Amino acid sequence: MLINLISGDRPRSKVLAVVLLAIFLGLALAPFLFPGVRALETTAKIAIMIVLAASYDLLLGYTGIVSFAHTMFFAMGAYGVGLASMHMGRGWGALAVGTVGGMVLAAALAFVIALFSLRVRAIFFAMITLAVASAVAVLVSQLSWLTGGEDGFTFQIPRELTPAFRGGEFLGVQITGKVVNYYVVFTGCLLLFLFLLRVVNSPFGRVLQAIRENDFRAEAIGFRVVWYRTVATCLSAGVAALAGSLFAVWLRYVGPDTTLSFGLMLDILLMVVIGGMGTIWGAVIGATLLVLAQTYLQVLMEKAAVATEAIPFLSRLLDADRWLLWLGVLFILSVYFFPTGIVGRLRKGR
Amino acid sequence: MTHAPAPEHKPTFASVPLPERIGRAMPLILIPLLVVLGFLAIGNPSSWLTLTVSGLAMGMMIFIMASGMTLVFGLMDVINFGHGAFISVGAFVGVSVLLALGHWTGAPSLALNLGAVLLAVIAAMAVTGALGWAFERVIVKPVYGAHLKQILVTVGGLIVIEQLIHVFWGPQEIFFTRPQMLKGAVTFWGAALEKYRLLAVAIGIVLFVVMRLVLRRTRIGLIVRAGVQNREMVEALGYRLRLVFVGVFIAGSALAGLGGVMWGMYQEVITAGMGESMMILVFIVVIIGGLGSVEGAFIGALLVGLLQNYIAFLEPKLALISNIGLMTVILMWRPQGMMPVVKAK
Repeated sequence: MLINLISGDRPRSKVLAVVLLAIFLGLALAPFLFPGVRALETTAKIAIMIVLAASYDLLLGYTGIVSFAHTMFFAMGAYGVGLASMHMGRGWGALAVGTVGGMVLAAALAFVIALFSLRVRAIFFAMITLAVASAVAVLVSQLSWLTGGEDGFTFQIPRELTPAFRGGEFLGVQITGKVVNYYVVFTGCLLLFLFLLRVVNSPFGRVLQAIRENDFRAEAIGFRVVWYRTVATCLSAGVAALAGSLFAVWLRYVGPDTTLSFGLMLDILLMVVIGGMGTIWGAVIGATLLVLAQTYLQVLMEKAAVATEAIPFLSRLLDADRWLLWLGVLFILSVYFFPTGIVGRLRKGR
Repeated sequence: MTHAPAPEHKPTFASVPLPERIGRAMPLILIPLLVVLGFLAIGNPSSWLTLTVSGLAMGMMIFIMASGMTLVFGLMDVINFGHGAFISVGAFVGVSVLLALGHWTGAPSLALNLGAVLLAVIAAMAVTGALGWAFERVIVKPVYGAHLKQILVTVGGLIVIEQLIHVFWGPQEIFFTRPQMLKGAVTFWGAALEKYRLLAVAIGIVLFVVMRLVLRRTRIGLIVRAGVQNREMVEALGYRLRLVFVGVFIAGSALAGLGGVMWGMYQEVITAGMGESMMILVFIVVIIGGLGSVEGAFIGALLVGLLQNYIAFLEPKLALISNIGLMTVILMWRPQGMMPVVKAK
């Protein structure tokens, strides 16, 4: 039953299984295990980032094509929910319309981009997605009457999902709307994650892996490579948009910084590479590590910068704003030395 | 024993039919076509002239940045996403030199002004060239032949260099003014033409001509072009293409640095993120020109520059997506780009 649920894709390493179980339990029981608003914010972000990274892994790790537009699709889901809630008034209907609308739009745009670039050479895809994503980012910041520009906008969601709502008490924890909201996000993420596991372990997923290994041979066997790549692109865009919708519901806010920035795109890349390309489990490890590091290490860097204030150059290197520098270094090193990521290492060392 | 008669040999010299000739020359015709269309749409000769010059200037600067990248790709199949970092570094080094030579740039003497600019350009090209060499050694070398890793690693390099700019020069953007004699505009037929833009056009044309001469008329150019077409064959003939490639990489990085200085002086403000945003235009130019083709990049860059300026004048809101639109149209017309380099594979 359990094996069926994860589509037969076992962790294949004891350490990995334990870690994954711990992450799962931590996320599932977060409101009861970690009191406090900040902890819940972190766990919700982890859950959403896991799905986002996993959907990106479907492209990068399984199909072997690099996209820089993944945050764009993520943002489309988020803005879909935000705009629908703003214009239709708060309600479940608005959430549903926004979610579905964002997903369909994201998949359609992905289809168009894929059609243009994958037809010729897969490497076009990286450049074209970068160009399109940056154009969209500029559009979002310019069309402030629609998107709120750089500031983004907040919106109302059904009252049951906001902290104002008070349910009963359970296991000594007050069940507020925030907790309900958390479980909506968590369930959504879990379902999406299981769906992705199903996809990559289906015959379709096997073909994607074959294309990644040798597209020429896959074509020769009789698979229509362009078609498979296109479908994978659309699937991954759709899932990213759904994750974006969940993120918007959780934050009750959308803005370019949280959903569309190039920094977020790098985070996703890093999550997938560090966790391990070509295995959906890697996304879990990568996303968890990176979100935790971001939340808590940046504070540490701040302290280090203050401590080394006397040394002029070093303190600048350790400034919390230079967080990306260290991410970049880590990124290069992990592509060189850990091409299979943490999951690959764990599985090999079994 | 009788031999079968040798097959008759009748070479025929069929002339290329006209439609095909037009098809081949089409990319070249596009630029005058766009200029004329721009004239018809704008209607006012003096604003049209101003816009055309600024479009050409912009196109030349983009070409300078894009040429290195397209050659590097053509020669060694390397996609360098880190190219944008060289643009930023070039701009910062060049502007630092200009700021240090404040009494030269402030003096109302053309010779001193141009001297300062020349020194800035040389410094920027030297630094970015050296950086390019290091980049090739450390970042690109281990990942030859693997596109996926190349993209990932060079993006990593881009971020690291960009962040290092923040570390060295501080996180703020730097505002400065152009040298005294390059400020202002000359009036020509009622159209105000900024002096600096005219200079940029001149530099761009000279560079393109020199590059073409080097590629077409010299031995090293021959090797580079042959290497783009068929690497293994050139290596089999005994040329160490690796060395050639490192040279091209360094030259391409230096050109990116030059483009960075020029772009910085054009905008009169530089930020660490400028290379990254220019990369978008560079990618569009490289794709529509045809990966690996210098001529294609030249035409593509001019198209992008002109179109952006015309559209910004006619319909400012559309300017944001005009480049994407151009790319879409061109890829629909020629999926490989306008002048794809024929690969003998």
